[in-house]
Amino acid sequence: MPEFRLERRAAAPAWATALAAPASALLAIAAASILFVALGYPAGPTLHAFFVEPFETLNGVSELALKASPLILIALGLVACFRANVWNIGADGQFTVGALCAGAVALAFGDAGSPAALPLMVAGGIAGGAAWAAIPAVLRTRCNASEILVSLMLTYVAGLLLTAMVFGPLRDPQGYGIPQSRMFADDEALPVLFGGTRITLGTAIGLLLPLAGAFWLRRSVAGFAIRAFGASPAAARFAGFSEPRTVWLVLLLSGGLAGLAGCFEVAGPIGQLIPAVSPGYGFTAIIVAFLGRLDPIGIIPAGLLVALSYVGGDLAQVGVGLPRAATGIVQGMLLLFPLASEFFVRYRLRRIVASPVVSAQVVPT
Amino acid sequence: MMLVPLLATVMTAATPLALAALGELVTERAGVLNLGVEGTMLVGAVVGFAVMASTGSHTLGVLAGCAAGIAMSALFAALTLPLAANQVATGLALTVFGTGLSALLGQHYTGRTVAPLPRLPLPGLLHQDVLVYASLAAAPLLAAFLQRTRAGLVLRAVGENAEAAHQLGTRVLRLRLAAVLFGGAMSGLGGAYLSLAYTPLWAEGMTAGRGWIALALTVFGAWRPWRVLGGAYLFGGIEVGGLYLQGSGALHVPPQLLAAIPYLATVVVLAWVSAGGAARRLAAPAALGKPFRALG
Repeated sequence: MPEFRLERRAAAPAWATALAAPASALLAIAAASILFVALGYPAGPTLHAFFVEPFETLNGVSELALKASPLILIALGLVACFRANVWNIGADGQFTVGALCAGAVALAFGDAGSPAALPLMVAGGIAGGAAWAAIPAVLRTRCNASEILVSLMLTYVAGLLLTAMVFGPLRDPQGYGIPQSRMFADDEALPVLFGGTRITLGTAIGLLLPLAGAFWLRRSVAGFAIRAFGASPAAARFAGFSEPRTVWLVLLLSGGLAGLAGCFEVAGPIGQLIPAVSPGYGFTAIIVAFLGRLDPIGIIPAGLLVALSYVGGDLAQVGVGLPRAATGIVQGMLLLFPLASEFFVRYRLRRIVASPVVSAQVVPT
Repeated sequence: MMLVPLLATVMTAATPLALAALGELVTERAGVLNLGVEGTMLVGAVVGFAVMASTGSHTLGVLAGCAAGIAMSALFAALTLPLAANQVATGLALTVFGTGLSALLGQHYTGRTVAPLPRLPLPGLLHQDVLVYASLAAAPLLAAFLQRTRAGLVLRAVGENAEAAHQLGTRVLRLRLAAVLFGGAMSGLGGAYLSLAYTPLWAEGMTAGRGWIALALTVFGAWRPWRVLGGAYLFGGIEVGGLYLQGSGALHVPPQLLAAIPYLATVVVLAWVSAGGAARRLAAPAALGKPFRALG
């Protein structure tokens, strides 16, 4: 019987690297489909509603872009973090605080609005997200506290802070007591790019910014420092890069990008402040970052695929009554399979050819 | 007496934290960081509740919650141990998956209630249920296991230096599997406690970050069972205190800010404890989060 042994590959072959993400995405979809069928939903109509219907209408495609854009924007910052071995998993809180700050700026202008409103909202969104990420940065660099737990705890705090604000000072005085702000004026909303859709300038920026991010991560000194700390912290320190500075850089960057995404969300599709502005974008963006193999270009198709789980999940809910939670299952699978696939990129199964056994022979004397 | 009911409430609030944190402590002492506690607790909560609601048996409900926790951690172990996947990312994936799965499984149970876990009056102790006593007993048992038994010593060795333990003939991955499954079982129990005794009902996302607080408690307790148990009671007290302030209306602040107290307290405690210097850093298992593969 042939024997097999696991071996570490000297270098990951190009075909394995290129195939890992699409293959694991397909396997994830297959596994989720099996689960849905096992739960008693019809296979054909469910899969059609989930994975085909979003592409059949202009509205479906534009909703896909609308969901993918914030995911990609947040994931871009997370790629920088994760590449540097900094685990910011509180991007959802940074997104929420960015949205809150941008919204507060808009509301401060009053009903009249002003051409200065939108730029100041963007600045407020970035500053808010970066400030929220600065807390884990300072606690990690000064106190050595785990940025994983600190950033995550602050996500809960951010959600409660936003709720407290829209129930309190930022509530629309003419809103019959409903906990939401007034709608933003025209000057405080992002211009719609294509008539008949909700695609704004912000959507386009989100989809295209990774191209600049890829260039920065590959070609700049800061990008090199980030990759160096990810590959070997000791070597990076020896080369003279400062670890605290890199931690600050990636956390402020990812916080700022998440805050920008939050600003785009309230200044775009939402158009006002409401108690919950994020359907978990900050967590889902972690999936996008890994599905995109922590590569700024890779997160663009990954973001579109994960956006499909939101849009398709909604359509399947309407079409075949698939519960909303199915979206979360597909997303979990989309993270689990790429993580497992990494192993098959790094290792290979090798057949061991049995060497002939040399048996000891008694030599007659 | 006001104090006795208040203390009893603190005990029920501390128990899910204590169960999950003591389980994660064993996982981490073996060198594995499982960030999937939150998702595991949710699945344990919904499965425990569903089985109790359909069979009417508390015993079966608790066992089912425990088994669901083991199944979730087996998924984590499959990816991180033989396949050596990134533990941080896999743990997050487990939480995302568990949040979705629990919502899907629990859709027909939302809003229903069951009879709470029966209480066993013990002399000298407050009138509590069996899981509260189990969490209290777990701390000394685990402390004795880790410090006084051979298996506990080997477990700690694997968590400090997996290569050295491997060279001495320890089956590193097998031991880590056992530690991960134990952690999952305890997280599942913690979740089942929430849905079968604490509330007792099922609601989507009902753990509300308790799995993450349990993770912080292992750091707070410097990976020692007694201190982790103490931390769970501290945070149980903070949770109950916040609820009490919200209910009393004594403070004129928005209720959301009071609800944020446990999360803010976690941040403050983490910062304070982590700044404790070299002795504190040495308390962490040296191989925590590092995958191990024996080759050749």
